[in-house]
Amino acid sequence: MSESRVMVTVIGPDRVGIVADVATLLAKQSVNILDINQKVMDGDIFAMTMLTDISKAVIDFGELKKLLEEKGKELGLKIHAQHEEIFKYMHRI
Amino acid sequence: MTISPEEILETIQMIEQESLDVRTVTMGISLLDCSHSDVKVVGEQVIAKIERLAGKLRETAKGIEMDYGIPIVNTRLAITPISQVVAGGHKDDFVYIAKCLDEAAKRVGVNFIGGFSSLVQKGFTTQDIALIDAIPEALSSTERVCSSVNVASTRAGINMDAVKKMGQVIKEAARLTADRGGLACAKLVVFANAVDDNPFMAGAFHGVGEPECVVNVGVSGPGVVRAAVKAAKGKDLGEVAEIIKKVGFKITRMGELVGREISRRLNVEFGILDVSLAPTPAEGDSVAEILEAMGLERVGAPGTTAALALLNDAMKKGGAFASSYVGGLSGAFIPLSEDQGMIRAAREGVLSIEKLEAMTAVCSVGLDMIAIPGDTSAETISAIIADEAAIGVINNKTTAVRIIPVPGKKVGDMVYFGGLLGEAPIIPVSRLSSKEFIDRGGRIPAPIQGMKN
Repeated sequence: MSESRVMVTVIGPDRVGIVADVATLLAKQSVNILDINQKVMDGDIFAMTMLTDISKAVIDFGELKKLLEEKGKELGLKIHAQHEEIFKYMHRI
Repeated sequence: MTISPEEILETIQMIEQESLDVRTVTMGISLLDCSHSDVKVVGEQVIAKIERLAGKLRETAKGIEMDYGIPIVNTRLAITPISQVVAGGHKDDFVYIAKCLDEAAKRVGVNFIGGFSSLVQKGFTTQDIALIDAIPEALSSTERVCSSVNVASTRAGINMDAVKKMGQVIKEAARLTADRGGLACAKLVVFANAVDDNPFMAGAFHGVGEPECVVNVGVSGPGVVRAAVKAAKGKDLGEVAEIIKKVGFKITRMGELVGREISRRLNVEFGILDVSLAPTPAEGDSVAEILEAMGLERVGAPGTTAALALLNDAMKKGGAFASSYVGGLSGAFIPLSEDQGMIRAAREGVLSIEKLEAMTAVCSVGLDMIAIPGDTSAETISAIIADEAAIGVINNKTTAVRIIPVPGKKVGDMVYFGGLLGEAPIIPVSRLSSKEFIDRGGRIPAPIQGMKN
């Protein structure tokens, strides 16, 4: 199991600069982004999923989670970070 | 194998808004090797063994919760039915051991330890009698210990002497905790066809055919199923069953991941996954509201039993496909005091104990967390247990009774237990006497269904 692949999910009201803010935070901690999906649902709800690799990150997973949560609060969004397996297990056989 | 953003958001929504969680990670521990003629030695060995095997359980569960972002609500322990471990035949020995179990649970940080139990479907050993006599004192003087007694099985029939005794034990347990609404009774389950690997409380114990140490996982998610059924308004019941099955599959897969991961991290065998819809007092996390979402004005309306049968079966089918090791009770629970929809219906007087009894014929357990008037006689409680056991024995399923005759309370009053145990209105029971029937005692023979070889 690859423990370094982490899914970062961002949900909340849309505004300019969300992708840049979150990506900057990840870059500062040396978290590599492998894949991004982003869209605005129902007119104004921003939803983004980012598959990341944290194997070279300069902080551990717990600290990264905390930083993302704080960033979410600052931006008025919900930001989650979870190991990728949970989604694979639930949606793929 | 990319996962679409819609799928990712669906998972997040299940957890965030629909209260999806892993309800319990329960470690089963065999205590057979802790037996000794001196009960003090038994106590020391039991505490030492539990600390050794379960010392990291809570911390490991917390780690998995963080990594996957899925709440793991409880960590618990299930032990060998303790009547098989304590050699002495004295009640005080069992009360002493209950206190040791409580201490062990506190030390490893689990909120319940199940297995203060006896299996007496065919008859009593000296230890069984001492244990059963000790139950009221044991449960009223400890905080985390849970007890269960199996009084019947499809293979053995119904031990009516045990049924009679359990009516008295429940009354006494309520009396000793009168200041807390009879709380001790909320930690006591009377079973028919009890299972060896159920991770849920209060009825968990580590059966004798189980390995030295094992982890069993109980997943839940009434809120997720309710949301899915609500979204299917107007669809026919075959389609509703299909939708529930798919949700059951997803919930089970998540539990499977957690179970396998916790087993790997602790280096302990993975036992089973129990796919049970277990309601909580949280808004929307209600089994009753799933049935209402299918189109019933209130739970308890005609059609309730059919709706529950559909739900229970669809959950099992979804679960069976998602994991090879589905076990325990797997289905839907209907604990009255823990389900907002049930509480509402009982308060309005539209959900009776008789309807609940019918529902237990088609769901995974029995009469659960039901508060009844404090002056209900021991014989009436025994007779309720006998009826429930008969449903289990004849239908080859587990049934159970967890009933609280709340001291000093009458029909229409409320009792508050707090936390996961919730609150309940006192509902009426028949005032007709069953005394002569219960006083007969003896054993109701195993039914013809039990002769399967």
